[in-house]
Amino acid sequence: MSEMKKIKNLKEFSTSADRFEGANLLCPGCAHSIIVREVLNATNDDLVLSASTGCLEVCTAVYPYTSWDASWIHIGFENGSTAVAGAESMYKALLKKGRLKQPERNPKFVSFAGDGASYDIGFQWISGCMERGHNIMHVVLDNEVYANTGGQRSSSTPIGGSNTTTPAGTHSYGEKKNKKDMVSIMASHHIPYAAQVAPNKWKDMVKKIQHGFSVDGPVFINAVSPCTTEWKFDPKDTMMLTDLSTDSLVFPLYEIIEGRELNITYRPKNVVPVEEYLAAQGRFKHLFKDQYKYLIKEWQDRVDANWAYLNRREEARV
Amino acid sequence: MAFDKMELRDIEVWDGNFAAAQALRQCQVDVVAAYPITPSTPIVEGYAKFQANNYVEGEFVMVESEHAAMSSCIGAAAAGGRVATATSSQGFALMVETLYQASGMRLPIILNVVNRALAAPLNVNGDHSDMYLGRDSGWIQLDAYCPQDAYDLNFIAFKVAEDHGIRLPCMIHQDGFMTSHTAQGVATLADDAAYNFVGNFQPMNDMLDFEHPVTHGVQTEEDWHFEHKARQHNDLMTKVIPKIQAAFDDFEKLSGRKYNLVEKYDIDDADIAVVCMGTSVETAREVATEMRAKGIKAGVIGIRVIRPFPFMQMQEALKGLKAIATLDRSAPGGAAGMLFNEIAGSMYNLETRPMISGKIYGLGGRDLTKAHLVELFTELQANVDAGKITTPLQQFVGVRGPKLSFL
Repeated sequence: MSEMKKIKNLKEFSTSADRFEGANLLCPGCAHSIIVREVLNATNDDLVLSASTGCLEVCTAVYPYTSWDASWIHIGFENGSTAVAGAESMYKALLKKGRLKQPERNPKFVSFAGDGASYDIGFQWISGCMERGHNIMHVVLDNEVYANTGGQRSSSTPIGGSNTTTPAGTHSYGEKKNKKDMVSIMASHHIPYAAQVAPNKWKDMVKKIQHGFSVDGPVFINAVSPCTTEWKFDPKDTMMLTDLSTDSLVFPLYEIIEGRELNITYRPKNVVPVEEYLAAQGRFKHLFKDQYKYLIKEWQDRVDANWAYLNRREEARV
Repeated sequence: MAFDKMELRDIEVWDGNFAAAQALRQCQVDVVAAYPITPSTPIVEGYAKFQANNYVEGEFVMVESEHAAMSSCIGAAAAGGRVATATSSQGFALMVETLYQASGMRLPIILNVVNRALAAPLNVNGDHSDMYLGRDSGWIQLDAYCPQDAYDLNFIAFKVAEDHGIRLPCMIHQDGFMTSHTAQGVATLADDAAYNFVGNFQPMNDMLDFEHPVTHGVQTEEDWHFEHKARQHNDLMTKVIPKIQAAFDDFEKLSGRKYNLVEKYDIDDADIAVVCMGTSVETAREVATEMRAKGIKAGVIGIRVIRPFPFMQMQEALKGLKAIATLDRSAPGGAAGMLFNEIAGSMYNLETRPMISGKIYGLGGRDLTKAHLVELFTELQANVDAGKITTPLQQFVGVRGPKLSFL
């Protein structure tokens, strides 16, 4: 068992050795790089990483360059989880056979994928990895849209967002369907650990990542990743948007142990109205027109209902 | 050793599936990730049984689809170890995306393909539709005619694919049911001899070497993609063929069994020949011998190495012939047929070249009988006698109803 990395404060955290370089092609203000760095910095152990096709992948491994100072693989859109699971199988095989080059190391196997590559096209592959019990962590960089290809809806896209395949118009308020509850679905595989995280609450996030690394078996992490390009906000406001997402409870922070025990890990002191979260983003601009204003109330009701549901589960220890 | 060895008789009665499973056991594969599909399922089941009884030490991962099987193989191979799997038909079709990724990432994965028709209409029997679907995937592809070949070619495959000068994945094709489920005598290698022939796996750019982190599966656009693909193709055409020949030579020294890049049967003085793959090679050889007894100089060219296609060796084999027919076991879907095209292309620039006609046969497991081949050889001889092709250029063999042809 490797020793847990101790992190005292943000300054120390931000100056620990980078295995994900700042030299990458992600948009200014993209939350992906912050999340990835927080995940990688949570451990000093060796890493075997994958990225599914998407923003993170196309912006960090363009031949002949790489932003990764750790073992890294990309295969396709849907199978990043399985790529890392395959590497983990090889690790177990070589450990048994005594052929590891550095047998004393304690590598961590992490797969990064967007919401499209997780909620939609990669769903089956992730489910397979969770069910088989691989010792891997799958991290969703959830920006609720196919951002890499220009803003098409995914099954993580929330109601009322205007996207290129579900645009708002005179006869449409944009996306009609509610976001898939991926954390619950993954937790229902009864994996050791599933959690929702946000990069602004970095201590909560690091604690969850470290717990994820400490358990034996698959871990699922859903990380909210505000997208300056598709959510349409100023790149300098990424953390402000993340604050709004957690403090409005649109992205509540919680964890589910073994699929059977839910803990809420962050309770905002001052809960922000959902309207403020929506108003800060261009993708919801049309909701403030008279014809669609009713949707803002529906939004608030839905978020309240979900928060009540999470609280009921926590109280009942289920 | 943490696992048990198996005492084999000099000759075992195995079908093609079990022969392949035994070869995988003897090569001590580190990770097998698989998903069962008819008719290749017994390879996976056989391997599972070996694991359940401690005859293999590696990881055996039953995944949720063929796409995941090859994805897992890619991750495992990039991590740095010996990797293999098996599939057929629809499963192969589902894998196709990852086949290109495996070869483009230069990962030596071994895939046993038990050839079967592709739906629709759904069909579980043998033809070469799946093989043809993967023909441009950048894999080395070897063809077995019988269970013995299915066993032997696995050793050749590992030896060639894992060579650091090659680093390409390799398929071994065998006919669904006709080879995969037909038990025959298979001359075996002892466990140690088999393993030593293949040798220890030598990792390269392995993700599990933490002192040397590597990035696998990068993006290349118009600035570099072409160079990667061109070099890979050039390696296939210039490096792989000599390496396969060397492996065939070494294998002959070990086993006494001789394989060739192009399997010529009674070709040197032949006037006519059929060019075919899989189990039909053996049937055609038998019929060619019978035609010889009737005074017809018949021969057979068997395709042993489908990819890289051995153009030079094929030219050499074809140049003295007067009339040939290619036997394609896949619906060409609006073309002349893969084998017809490859063979025609390889001999077009020869000064003297045989007349060529194309046959489509055996779709969905339809038998190719000796009577069909007698008719075919007779037709080829008629072409020679007439000095021209006397039949339509493309015909179906053994299809019911009106004769269908477009050329």
